[in-house]
Amino acid sequence: MQDINQRLEDMRDRARLGGGAKRIEAQHKKGKLTARERIDLLVDPGSFEEWDMFVEHRSVDFGMGEQKVPGDGVVTGWGTVNGRLVFVYSQDFTVFGGSLSEAHAEKICKVMDQAMKVGAPVIGLNDSGGARIQEGVASLGGYAEVFQRNVLASGVVPQISAIMGPCAGGAVYSPAMTDFIFMVKDSSYMFVTGPDVVKTVTHETVTAEDLGGAVTHTTKSGVADEAFENDVEMLLQLRRFIDFLPANNKEKPPVRPTADEADRPELSLDTLIPDNPNKPYDMKELIYKVVDEGDFFEIQPNYAGNIIVGFARMQGATVGIVANQPMVLAGCLDIASSRKAARFVRFCDCFNIPIVTLVDVPGFLPGTSQEFNGIIKHGAKLLFAYAEATVPKVTLITRKAYGGAYDVMSSKHLRGDVNYAWPTSEIAVMGPKGAVEIIFRGDIGDAEKIEARTEEYRTKFANPFVAASRGYIDDIIKPHNTRRRLCRALAMLRDKELANPWKKHDNIPL
Amino acid sequence: MFNKILIANRGEIACRIIRTAKRMGIKTVAVYSDADASGKHVRLADEAIRIGPPPSAESYLLADKIIEACKHTGAEAVHPGFGFLSERASFCEALKAAGIVFIGPDVPAIEAMGDKITSKKIAKEAGVSTVPGFVGLIEGPEHAAEIAEEIGYPVMIKATAGGGGKGMRIAHTAEELKDGVRGAMNEARSSFGDDRVFIEKYIEQPRHIEIQVMADGHGNVVHLGERECSIQRRHQKVIEEAPSPFLDPETRAKMGAQSVALAQSVNYRSAGTVEFIADKDKNFYFLEMNTRLQVEHPVTELVTGLDLVELMIRVADGEKLPFTQDEVKMDGWAIEARVYAEDPFRGFLPSIGRLTRYEPPIDVEGIRVDDGVDEGSEISMFYDPMIAKLVAYGADRAQATSRILDAINRYRIRGVGHNLPFLSAVMAQKRFQDGDLSTNYIPEEFPDGFSGAEMDNYEQGALRALAVAFERSNAERMARISGQIANRGKAAIASVWTVREGRENRRAEVFPVEDGYDVTIEGQRYAIRGALDATIAMFDGNVNGEAFPAQIDRDGIYYKLSYAGWELAALVVPPRIAEALDKMPPKEAADTTKILVSPMPGLLVSLAVEEGDEVKTGQEVCVVEAMKMENVLRAERDGTVAKIHASAGSSLAVDQPIVEFE
Repeated sequence: MQDINQRLEDMRDRARLGGGAKRIEAQHKKGKLTARERIDLLVDPGSFEEWDMFVEHRSVDFGMGEQKVPGDGVVTGWGTVNGRLVFVYSQDFTVFGGSLSEAHAEKICKVMDQAMKVGAPVIGLNDSGGARIQEGVASLGGYAEVFQRNVLASGVVPQISAIMGPCAGGAVYSPAMTDFIFMVKDSSYMFVTGPDVVKTVTHETVTAEDLGGAVTHTTKSGVADEAFENDVEMLLQLRRFIDFLPANNKEKPPVRPTADEADRPELSLDTLIPDNPNKPYDMKELIYKVVDEGDFFEIQPNYAGNIIVGFARMQGATVGIVANQPMVLAGCLDIASSRKAARFVRFCDCFNIPIVTLVDVPGFLPGTSQEFNGIIKHGAKLLFAYAEATVPKVTLITRKAYGGAYDVMSSKHLRGDVNYAWPTSEIAVMGPKGAVEIIFRGDIGDAEKIEARTEEYRTKFANPFVAASRGYIDDIIKPHNTRRRLCRALAMLRDKELANPWKKHDNIPL
Repeated sequence: MFNKILIANRGEIACRIIRTAKRMGIKTVAVYSDADASGKHVRLADEAIRIGPPPSAESYLLADKIIEACKHTGAEAVHPGFGFLSERASFCEALKAAGIVFIGPDVPAIEAMGDKITSKKIAKEAGVSTVPGFVGLIEGPEHAAEIAEEIGYPVMIKATAGGGGKGMRIAHTAEELKDGVRGAMNEARSSFGDDRVFIEKYIEQPRHIEIQVMADGHGNVVHLGERECSIQRRHQKVIEEAPSPFLDPETRAKMGAQSVALAQSVNYRSAGTVEFIADKDKNFYFLEMNTRLQVEHPVTELVTGLDLVELMIRVADGEKLPFTQDEVKMDGWAIEARVYAEDPFRGFLPSIGRLTRYEPPIDVEGIRVDDGVDEGSEISMFYDPMIAKLVAYGADRAQATSRILDAINRYRIRGVGHNLPFLSAVMAQKRFQDGDLSTNYIPEEFPDGFSGAEMDNYEQGALRALAVAFERSNAERMARISGQIANRGKAAIASVWTVREGRENRRAEVFPVEDGYDVTIEGQRYAIRGALDATIAMFDGNVNGEAFPAQIDRDGIYYKLSYAGWELAALVVPPRIAEALDKMPPKEAADTTKILVSPMPGLLVSLAVEEGDEVKTGQEVCVVEAMKMENVLRAERDGTVAKIHASAGSSLAVDQPIVEFE
């Protein structure tokens, strides 16, 4: 018996050593932590239970039979974050470069299957050179097994991908199908084909960092949701992020006790909207001032800045915030912002997170590049997402709500539960100037007449009253009362029940 | 008494005048530009009249519009405040012609004192001692160079129409003189519409001491003692006090008598200020006389118990001064600090924007805050960047200083950069507290600019301990988040934490007690008592039994605490996290030296280079105007201009690239 215990300890020690001291040192030299160090920082101390520590690959080709490391390049198991259950897999770059073998994939699949059964998030810490080439198609099969589970788990439990090293080729598609992708600056990259292949095929010279680094994906492609300075900051922020998320699609969002009063007034919001309707203001100020403790976790802060999305809390419970940002492109909707917000709205709807929409939208961005690239279908995604969402939807129009964009932004007509407007709101087909130039086309040469007509239009339509008289707006509220009114609306909606007609799944305009 | 007066000004001074008028039962009319449509002075006044677009040349400087507003509202008198039209004789004449009373001196006095050359001649004649210099106008840079050689460097270039440090330059060398003359002329032109400048000898180690006079036009002239305004930055007063810690009763009496004599010689009426420069031997020289209310008048009000605005209104209405010189009594000490929208950590560059948070320390004993803003107000690029005047009164200088320092800690401003940390740093210095002042105080004490106040170890530790207490309190509430699979209990909450600033770690032990925590850092124990939840932005509790008004900002996992001009940016994490962070490689900041960016929002006045030009270190690249101040941006090293990103006349955002070097 003692022998067995000794053997067990030896095996554990070997597993814990991963690819060996030298490779661990190399990993540290790159500014990266090892797979186990990462898990240690991610979950509550002492809460991690590792599974499949003794799993080894079954490959014999190319001398692989002699090279076996218990765990096979991925550490899997479960633990807690602030006491709440999470499943984790963490690829170990020190073992075969973190490459994915059939056995490695099986380990990942096991935690995913279990996470779905018990309803808890799956967090993948990715750091892998790609497929285990020595295994050939078995490795590819492994990827596909993971992909299939990503899809089945989608909308059942939150799936979060942290990219903490390379992630290239087919490997990118697992994170791509998860709910959120976070990257570490300077030490992670993601691309389907690397710089060498790019050079051969298109003759473009590009570095891995430029092609698929954290900056690229959080500013240009929008593939990643946020980038962090280093491994440790990533893990600390992941903990903060997980605190916002419900564990599964049947659970309500978690509630964090707060001392922030639900009826806290914010007098300065009364002057947030500038006197000049064409002057921008920072919508984030409104967000910071109405949510609990000013604590807002923004998703994609550096991509499609004309719309702001992210998580916050009201009276302790998580809400999703979607807000037009007048500071960027006047807050209009375009392809990137529609896609960004649509995906966020759908995530919230999957996981019972109420959506608070703050509207100041002058319309859709005009232009050939928008039309040629399909703004029609991309814009429809956001419309679709809002229309199908059955979670509590509270909407506040702060200023402009023009044209089709008004409809899109969680309007009453898309089953908005509570739709408020500030007195400064203008709910109309378009701005007064544009409207007059169409209605009174004949008078365009006559500046005086146009001026008078514009003023007439402004008085008639550039206000919340027309919409309110039709019931499209439930109430016109004072800006300083916004937090109180939003909290009350959300409290009223807490037990909202609404179901869409049975369907296999919808057919969102992808 | 007047039934209604109009205040031809904006911001804090308009608000301050309105307050006195209201107390006197006089109705008030505010005027405003489009930028101030929702300004505090507009709200406080009984009536408000729009007078034009934001630039002051198109609004607050338009005499016609003001007179029109008077006629429209039936205002019988105008108080001009300071700046704008306050010392413009033509405005007074126009008012007179329209039958409206100017709350200030008569035209001849303004004219006599408004021109700095004339005023010196008159002062000399009145027996006031004056500074050696060239009494005459400068024709241009060459002329300036000649005169400067004559009277000897350093010299001071001043705009004849100047004031408030605008259109003023010091030159130590011929090179600086050339830049200075041109800069002063440009600034004078844009600020006052008058580019005449003159030169005088620049006195080193000087102290700025001024005498407040009050005259009723019936022959009664009194002085209300002095103010010392030696703490200046770029000739802009920053901290003022009354009395001066430098003057003895004899010198005070001499300065007062000369000031009264000067006022009498021009038949002065209303409030006026005679500015002197004093050297270390208490020799003093006349600088100029300001024929208006001064920004720093509150310190005089606090030590004399008088309301200068009320006196101005009364004498304008023909009343006699209700007291004689003998009845003027001075009691206690008052210190004023000007709170500017400028970023002391970035070379005091002007900062504009919305005051997203604005909480002045109004409930603190002995504190007066004169401001013209509210939370949510906009600090615009069109006007002076002063947000407020923070004034403290105490039985003596030490008490006034300690009160103003405490008030700064309790003053919360967010959204725009502000100089509170700098003010705190200055007044906490021993040299300041010893009263060893000079107009060179700031360049001498902060030769490399400002990078945060100094603080003793105990206070630094207290701020760190406070951060730990906040994080521990946060951890306790996180332990109560819903949806946990097992109650981890209190045991899960760590009692050892690491405070990490940059790459520096400090171990802290924390123990919960009934109404707070006991935190030990570096062998020092801090008993922290008070509310520590995540909504607290201003700590209202105690540290070791003493009030410790620190401000707290949170950004996700990061803390920023500030106290007495010192800032603590830290993470508070379990030690294992800090150890892991130690393993993370430090990252180099991106190389931005190749791009010259606009350090502030403003207007690109001129570009001195073209693409392809070679530039030498220190060479002028362009001029950016902001807050009516011209800022010359210079090449930081030798190089070639690769690309020009902005053209002259275009408006610039902060950090917007202007010129790129190869």
